[in-house]
Amino acid sequence: MHTFLGLDLNIWWFLIFGGVISGYAILDGFDLGAGALHLFLKKEQSRRIALNAIGPVWDGNEVWLVIGGGALFAGFPVAYAAIFSAFYVPFMIFLVGIIWRAVAIEFRSKEPMGWWRKTWDIVYSFASITIALSLGLMLGNVAYGIPLNNGKEFSGDWLSFFNPFSILVAITTLALFMMHGAIYLTMKTENRLFAKLHILANNFIIFFVLSFVVTTLYTLLYIPHLSDFFKENPVGFIIPILMVLAIANIPRQIKKGKYRYAFISSSVTIALLLIMVALEVFPYLLYSNSDPANSITIDNAASSPKTMRILLIMALVGTPLVGIYTSFVFYTFKGKVKLDEMSY
Amino acid sequence: MDVEILARVQFAFTIAFHYIYPPMSIGLGLLLVIYEGLYLKTGDKKYEKIARFWIKIFALIFGIGVATGIIMEFEFGTNWATYSKYVGDIFGSALAAEGIFAFALESGFLGILIFGWNRVGPKVHFFSALMVFLGSMFSAVWIVVANSWQQTPAGYHIVGEGMNARAEITDFWAMVFNPSSVERLTHVWIGAFLAGAFLVLSVNAWYILKKKHLDIAIKSFKIALVVATLSSLAQLVAGHASADGVAKNQPAKLAALEGHYDTSAKADLYLIGHVNNKTQKVTGIGIPGGLSFLVYGNFTEPIKGLNAFPEADRPKQVNAIFQFYHIMVACGMSMILLTLLGCWFWYRKKLFDKRWLLWIFVWAVLLPQIANQAGWFAAEMGRQPWVVYGLLRTSDALSKSVTANQVMFSLILFLAVYMILFLLFLYLLNKKIQHGPVDYGTKESIDEGSKRDNPILDHQS
Repeated sequence: MHTFLGLDLNIWWFLIFGGVISGYAILDGFDLGAGALHLFLKKEQSRRIALNAIGPVWDGNEVWLVIGGGALFAGFPVAYAAIFSAFYVPFMIFLVGIIWRAVAIEFRSKEPMGWWRKTWDIVYSFASITIALSLGLMLGNVAYGIPLNNGKEFSGDWLSFFNPFSILVAITTLALFMMHGAIYLTMKTENRLFAKLHILANNFIIFFVLSFVVTTLYTLLYIPHLSDFFKENPVGFIIPILMVLAIANIPRQIKKGKYRYAFISSSVTIALLLIMVALEVFPYLLYSNSDPANSITIDNAASSPKTMRILLIMALVGTPLVGIYTSFVFYTFKGKVKLDEMSY
Repeated sequence: MDVEILARVQFAFTIAFHYIYPPMSIGLGLLLVIYEGLYLKTGDKKYEKIARFWIKIFALIFGIGVATGIIMEFEFGTNWATYSKYVGDIFGSALAAEGIFAFALESGFLGILIFGWNRVGPKVHFFSALMVFLGSMFSAVWIVVANSWQQTPAGYHIVGEGMNARAEITDFWAMVFNPSSVERLTHVWIGAFLAGAFLVLSVNAWYILKKKHLDIAIKSFKIALVVATLSSLAQLVAGHASADGVAKNQPAKLAALEGHYDTSAKADLYLIGHVNNKTQKVTGIGIPGGLSFLVYGNFTEPIKGLNAFPEADRPKQVNAIFQFYHIMVACGMSMILLTLLGCWFWYRKKLFDKRWLLWIFVWAVLLPQIANQAGWFAAEMGRQPWVVYGLLRTSDALSKSVTANQVMFSLILFLAVYMILFLLFLYLLNKKIQHGPVDYGTKESIDEGSKRDNPILDHQS
């Protein structure tokens, strides 16, 4: 067994990968949420402010997806190969969403015509919604498990990805991001737009809580094995309890006008949700529901211990660096959005 | 059509389209650092104006580069699952390093570069330009390292057999500095500088011809011409080093580049020609024994030909490889000629009167683009039938669970999306160029800002 600070290297990388994915969900989550609710804002000026609220940071946020992809490829190549070839169709749709979101943000401001901007607003919003839904759909299927053959490749029909559980997870993901995005925008806006976003944030909280409750009930009733971890480890119940507290804290802070705390709470909610999924699936990265023996675990998917050590060094050197310049960029653009000549 | 062909076409198409953009980002990045550096040093507002103008174009190029680049990172997993499992231990680390050390740096500071003019001082802004440029250079490092490892694997051993065989790292630095990475990286970097410099040359040549923005067009043209001249000359050296490496490490590829089949014969160096794949003969104009001379310094020394390799282990589309390679060389030589000519007339103080030459510069933006694309096609097709040279065949590298229909679906999807993207890109690029650089903080620019607010739309609820 190869360890670092007493912990197995593969577990280390699982934690780091989970951290990167949570970072992506928290950071790009508010961009995607802002995109998904974009069409709720009607005025040109409002839409520009909302767009410029994520303008300087969305690209940096998306980098977490790239790092996550690289982390999975490098640390667990077998899982990388299986997951992306299995989710071929939804993933291609996801990627097309990523393309259109990027270009819609970039192209929208380049022409003053109303039809031009409205078209890109629609593209931007639908691309964001597509990304959120397909991410949720894939997450749902990873949690639920998919059929794998003994070569550790997908052996089922891709239409089976659209099962009720995964669809519920997809909707919950979208709701979560919309809530998260609306709260982010309240921190960046003023006056009437701010008031509107305050109301929207409250509505999306309701949307999220509803879809979350339905998904949880469905899981408990129809997919009991997904709660095995919590049945066997009562201490683990602290996670869902913390999450309920974090969710409850969001409307509380919004009511008090402390939007920053509400944002932190919704970020914590995202992280805890992912931790819950991780605890439920661990040590599997991809559970085979046709024959559990074909499942992909953190051990049979892992790279060699030598590579794991190299990756850990990279993470140790790289994380503080990324932390420093991410904070610097967020610090530079702190406060309310001010439109200027270089804005979108 | 079978999955292999479709997957190869899709990869070639998506990577070729992607590769229009990153070289321009790297090259423009270098010029932005120079322009902002000059602004910082001289305080001349003209440099700021130049920098601001090119940053807007940089943002457009970078945006499409990012969007199309993310596709690449996941395409290994979607279409080439067996490959991913085989090389993940090595290739994956390079890709992860690119994400954390290069791309994060680049994208982080990009926000400040584009939107930070009123938020940070000129020094921090210059620093951001430098970081964005360095980030893009580092990106190239890791991507070229990963690709070079496929060309000349090193620092690994093979573990397991059959379906479970994979390459594992034994020596990280031997993997990074594999026999071809340094020379190929230099070649790629310089190719990128040329892509950026010729874009700037093209736009400014057009302004000068149209007598627009003359004061700043001439200034930025001259700087770009210096970068382009130095780069095109350096590329001669780097390109030669790269070809030398191919001769040493990938003899089958070298033979394909010149369509050389007969092992017992000296090899010719063609300027232009055509390889008949069936008769294994080249017709064209060239220097007899020229390749032998370049490799061994002797016009009669025989060079290992394609026939020395079993048919299953050597590239089949020899004529295509030959053509791509010669197109690249021809473009490279034209760039040297063109930039030297430009410098000569500049020295004679006649450069900006030579309208014919300026018109050539307007269209010469295509030269580095064609050279970059053709060079990569030659390099990648020349590696066939291997995806990892000598270790893993392209036909064995596919995702087994993905069907031809699925690949066809995504190929059509990408074709359609990229076609629209490319048209929009050209439209917006052209518009920005037509619009030209503007002064900031003046009446004009404020009018410009209010136009963007679009008051007509604001009256809707």
